[in-house]
Amino acid sequence: MNTNPQIIHPGWLRAMHWINAVAVVTLVMSGWRIYDATGFMGFEIPAVLTLGGWLGGAIQWHFAAMWVLGINGLLYLALNIGTGRLARKFFPLSPRALAADIRAALAGKLAHADPRHYNMVQRLAYLFVMLDSVLLVLSGLVLWKSVQFPLLRELLGGYEVARRVHFLAMAALVAFAVVHLTMVALVPRTLVYMVRGR
Amino acid sequence: MQIKTPKFLLSSGDAILKEAVQRLAQPGRRDFLRRSLTLGGLSMLTGCSLSSNDSVDAALTRVSRFNDDVQAWLFDPNRLAPTYPESMITRPFPFNAYYTQDQVRHVDADSFRLEVSGRVADKHSWTLPELRAMPQVDQITRHICVEGWSAIGRWGGVPFASFLRRVGADLTAKYVGFMCFDDYYTSIDMPTALHPQTQLTLSYDGQILPPKYGFPMKLRMPTKLGYKNPKYIKAIFVTNTYPGGYWEDQGYNWFGGS
Repeated sequence: MNTNPQIIHPGWLRAMHWINAVAVVTLVMSGWRIYDATGFMGFEIPAVLTLGGWLGGAIQWHFAAMWVLGINGLLYLALNIGTGRLARKFFPLSPRALAADIRAALAGKLAHADPRHYNMVQRLAYLFVMLDSVLLVLSGLVLWKSVQFPLLRELLGGYEVARRVHFLAMAALVAFAVVHLTMVALVPRTLVYMVRGR
Repeated sequence: MQIKTPKFLLSSGDAILKEAVQRLAQPGRRDFLRRSLTLGGLSMLTGCSLSSNDSVDAALTRVSRFNDDVQAWLFDPNRLAPTYPESMITRPFPFNAYYTQDQVRHVDADSFRLEVSGRVADKHSWTLPELRAMPQVDQITRHICVEGWSAIGRWGGVPFASFLRRVGADLTAKYVGFMCFDDYYTSIDMPTALHPQTQLTLSYDGQILPPKYGFPMKLRMPTKLGYKNPKYIKAIFVTNTYPGGYWEDQGYNWFGGS
């Protein structure tokens, strides 16, 4: 795939990363507007942070962006597994190395010498966000079509539980995004790699 | 009040203006500015009906129509929505309409006649006793609202497929439409109309359907979202012409399946 050793992120990965970023922002902002229709966790999201203007508009955005995330996510997983990138970049995971990396991170000494290499904290964070996204899509499927996906619905504990799972998985994704953006702000050249590839 | 011109503009204002005019004179730049302003606009779409941009609206509507098709394709006419034990019934079952509960319509039972029209053989109007004389079924199902909440209720009435067959409806027609006493209207696809759990509902929790839940009758479909379940039905018609709906015409997805 990647013949140029200078390239840190291949083109397909960068394209998918940014498509994904647009899809996730659209989904989160429209999702917050949908959430505000009931505010079932006891608070409201300020309207300026939401997309769509009203419930019908938010649903239209949400149900358009879900195709972008779904298709992009499937292609991402297929290419990652197919090219061996997933196995190469994110494994093996070692609890001991993770503990060492966390200690180094807390001491502010976590090395970023080789951007091609993900440390244990990064591996775990990116694997977590992949799994969390899968959970978001599956719980979203239950909310969208709870009658048509009975097995999935029961696995997620029924419609009302799936609704909470979807919300909490969203909160976890947003938390990841906050940490992710903080790290980018601390090591700005990673942004250049994700735009230019090197 | 007079607006003071900032000092630096007094000296350099003309130069800035001149440069800006020059820049805008280049069509490529102008296009870029316009596009970047539109991109910026994307993030400021709150507060408008759907968005402030007609082409964005049109694209979203196209995706919504595409989602209608996907849902019709996913819809399995033999797959049943889950039913629940009596202990799980939500009490009180929430009232929901596009108006508040004090505006609930009260329909006179004696003068009520259900109109049936369109692609049906028997167009006679139905009285309530006639409808109650048909075989009735009871079901405890979950009502899922487009807002996200859900509630479990017990509904009784005539399976809608039996009613459609009884009036000799064209079962190959595309749509069944509903007109209501509260000026609500909606329409559904024929496969959902014929689904075994789709019910012309005359009772709630073993009693005559109370006004707040749509007396004299509602259409109850556990395979669709709440807004697809019309209350206070006064007319039913079978048609091949897309009839739309009260919320659907404002942007809610037409299929509205769950």
